Amino acid sequence: MATTPLTLRIARLRSTIGRLGFPWRAAPVPPGVEPPEPTRQLKAEYDTAWARRYPARVIRASLVETVMRFVMSVVASPSREGTDRLSTVDGPVIFVANHHSHADTPLLLTSIPEPWRHRVVVGAAADYFFATRLGSALAALLINAIPIERTKVGRRSANLAADLLDDGWSVLIFPEGGRSPDGWGQPFRGGAAYLGIRCNVPVVPVHIAGTDRILRKGHFLPSRSSTTVTFGDPLLATEGEHARGFASRLEAAVASLGDEAASDWWQARQRAHAGTSPGLTGPDIGAWRRVWALGDRGRKSRRRRVLWPEL
Amino acid sequence: MSNGRHLAPRPGFVLDVDRNSPPIVFHHGEGFKLEKLPTGRSRVIYPAEPLEGLPDPDGAIRHALLNPIGDSDPLPALLRPDMKLTIAFDDVSLPLPPMRRPDIRQRVIEAVLDIAAEAGVDDVHLIAALALHRRMTEDELRHAVGDRVYDAFAPKGLLYNHDAEDPDGMVVLGETPHGEAVQFNKRAAESDLVIYVNINLVAMDGGHKSTATGLTGYTSLRHNHNVHTMLNSTSFMDRDNSALHASNWRMGKVLRDAGVKIFQIETTVNNDTFGREGPLSMLQKREWEWSGRERASFLAMQQGLKVMPTNLKRKAFSTWLAPYEMTSVQAGEVEAVHEVTTANVYRQHLVPVEGQTDILTMGLPYICPYNVNSIMNPILVMCLGLGYFFNLYRGRPLVREGGVVIISHPTPWEFNPVHHPSYIDFFEEVLADTTDPGKIEKKYEKRFAEDEWYIHLYRNSYAYHGVHPFYMWYWGAHALSHVGRVIIVGGDTRAVRRLGFQPASTLADALEMAGDVVGPQPTITHLKNPPLLMADVT
Repeated sequence: MATTPLTLRIARLRSTIGRLGFPWRAAPVPPGVEPPEPTRQLKAEYDTAWARRYPARVIRASLVETVMRFVMSVVASPSREGTDRLSTVDGPVIFVANHHSHADTPLLLTSIPEPWRHRVVVGAAADYFFATRLGSALAALLINAIPIERTKVGRRSANLAADLLDDGWSVLIFPEGGRSPDGWGQPFRGGAAYLGIRCNVPVVPVHIAGTDRILRKGHFLPSRSSTTVTFGDPLLATEGEHARGFASRLEAAVASLGDEAASDWWQARQRAHAGTSPGLTGPDIGAWRRVWALGDRGRKSRRRRVLWPEL
Repeated sequence: MSNGRHLAPRPGFVLDVDRNSPPIVFHHGEGFKLEKLPTGRSRVIYPAEPLEGLPDPDGAIRHALLNPIGDSDPLPALLRPDMKLTIAFDDVSLPLPPMRRPDIRQRVIEAVLDIAAEAGVDDVHLIAALALHRRMTEDELRHAVGDRVYDAFAPKGLLYNHDAEDPDGMVVLGETPHGEAVQFNKRAAESDLVIYVNINLVAMDGGHKSTATGLTGYTSLRHNHNVHTMLNSTSFMDRDNSALHASNWRMGKVLRDAGVKIFQIETTVNNDTFGREGPLSMLQKREWEWSGRERASFLAMQQGLKVMPTNLKRKAFSTWLAPYEMTSVQAGEVEAVHEVTTANVYRQHLVPVEGQTDILTMGLPYICPYNVNSIMNPILVMCLGLGYFFNLYRGRPLVREGGVVIISHPTPWEFNPVHHPSYIDFFEEVLADTTDPGKIEKKYEKRFAEDEWYIHLYRNSYAYHGVHPFYMWYWGAHALSHVGRVIIVGGDTRAVRRLGFQPASTLADALEMAGDVVGPQPTITHLKNPPLLMADVT
């Protein structure tokens, strides 16, 4: 018996499906009618619950402990200080850190000590990380990101973060709202402080030094540099303290940790008490002078190395 | 469930051994032995379970600094920008084994420095108050004070070990009515305020002994680290009956009169030496409460230790960090602070015991105050057994006068030549001549104490002072004068004989040998230690 060629069989199948019509097939759009845009649950609406289920957690934990840790050790050579300050903390916390680079998140995810490391969600800009379906899925899977609105006021982000804290998840937030545009930090927004007050959980200030030399804003290829991650004493909001005041306190704590990383703990404490800690945000002067004031922390010139002068 | 954290810790107790009693775990250096004690006439003193630690240690420290006890202002009121501040702290001999990070000293020193920074104090020195002990290594200092404090002060030469032999660094401040010269660290003497940071592991620690011993030198120590003082310290764990402490208290008064202002910070820890969970947790549980897992891990550990070389065993045990928790912290005037501290130490350690015993047995662990990261040599075995463990009593010694002490320890003829150089000569030369503490003191002490080479090694290497092995021997003087015989089970025969004791292969042999001294059917008491306990003997 002769066999039917494959191409012929596919053609017959298509013809059969074509004859079935609606509802086996989608109904065609009538001429002259504008179909509505498909609703895509993206940005702040993106549901990340699947990334906190066990299969995703196992994948993420293995990636963090292997690939991410290896890449960070090669690219960032991290020195991790102050983890002993967390020894008295029990339960979920909010980590707040300054933000220079895309390297900050993987660096922190490999630096946060146990038992928080694999039960931490990262507050990520909804308009940036959750703009596309693929990007959202990758952000949720790889760094356990949750979307945080930074361009408009909404309760959804805060409610989600608060629910997760109640469920025992810790939250990592970069309160500056984005990466530093010029090497200096930006004023802390009140979101993390508000969350700390609302959920009455300790907020751990963290200072990251050195990642601005790895992958600062506007750069796409990382460079190698040494980094220091300094964890500070957990802070709780005082009775009646408002989010704005608490946020200022958190910013000062991170600034003091930055001072500690640049000098030493004793000098940093002396300056912190004297109110002379160098701030995160830098001097309020013209743009070029701010860059100038960065000193060694500033952008390195990229002059091509010439082994022999061109004559 | 027996050691669950949510149940109130049970006090120590005395078990009368009967036919149903299990074999008892004896520490035996870097190993353990299971020993069956004779029924009907033996008892075992078990330590109390660990007390709960303070829930907020940092908050408690700050509260203590701001609310001192005794005649003292709160710490912030004692600090001013132009002052000289010296912070002294206990050395590597405390606590034992070393505790998990963060060490209590780190917590306290950071809190003190934070207040000093707030007050604008610039001139700060930190000194490891080690008297004639060996210098602490960088690792040990980092462990004690934490990396933050170390990195801020050590590179500038502001954090260092006390040097009792520095001719320019020591000063004599006076003399007690008993003619005891009071020598003191010069920097501390010239400071406007000395803050002492202490960890009290046993009742002997703390009080004026912290500064009057920790920051002094041979000129002072020879007045209270001697045979006469030890024979009159019954025991040196009981301050009110301790000539050692009486001398230190007299010296403390001289310091005060000389204008040295001391702000004392004392802390106590629970006796959570081996952890409520983990590979060694069974060592602080009563044998009949071991779970199946603990029994299995003990058996596996025993088999493993059997095949491991001694060096590896030492290394493995030296990595153990105790999960001690702070049970109290108090600050202010030395004597008032120490009263509260001692009460807290007793709260954890005291176990009421009725009557003395003919034979006292003890299993010595792998560590004592003078062999941290080192070797427990035979002299330290004597010091730990007859010095520390024998003296862990209040009231009367656990063993009757003329009784027998049986110690279980391998007692190797081994010394760490870097840490204990003078111990080697003491063992080879002095003990070969005599083991009588009085004769040793008269004939040999001065020569060893003033030996230039030992002084050089103490100051520049990591050696205990030349006179230190003498003090170890004097530490056991009270026991030597009290008991009729000392037997060491499982020890190196030659080393045990050099110590002047009798070697025995097994506990049964030792008990039979003891019968020659105390007669037939003697009563036996086993001091199940560590975790630490102190017998309150009535």
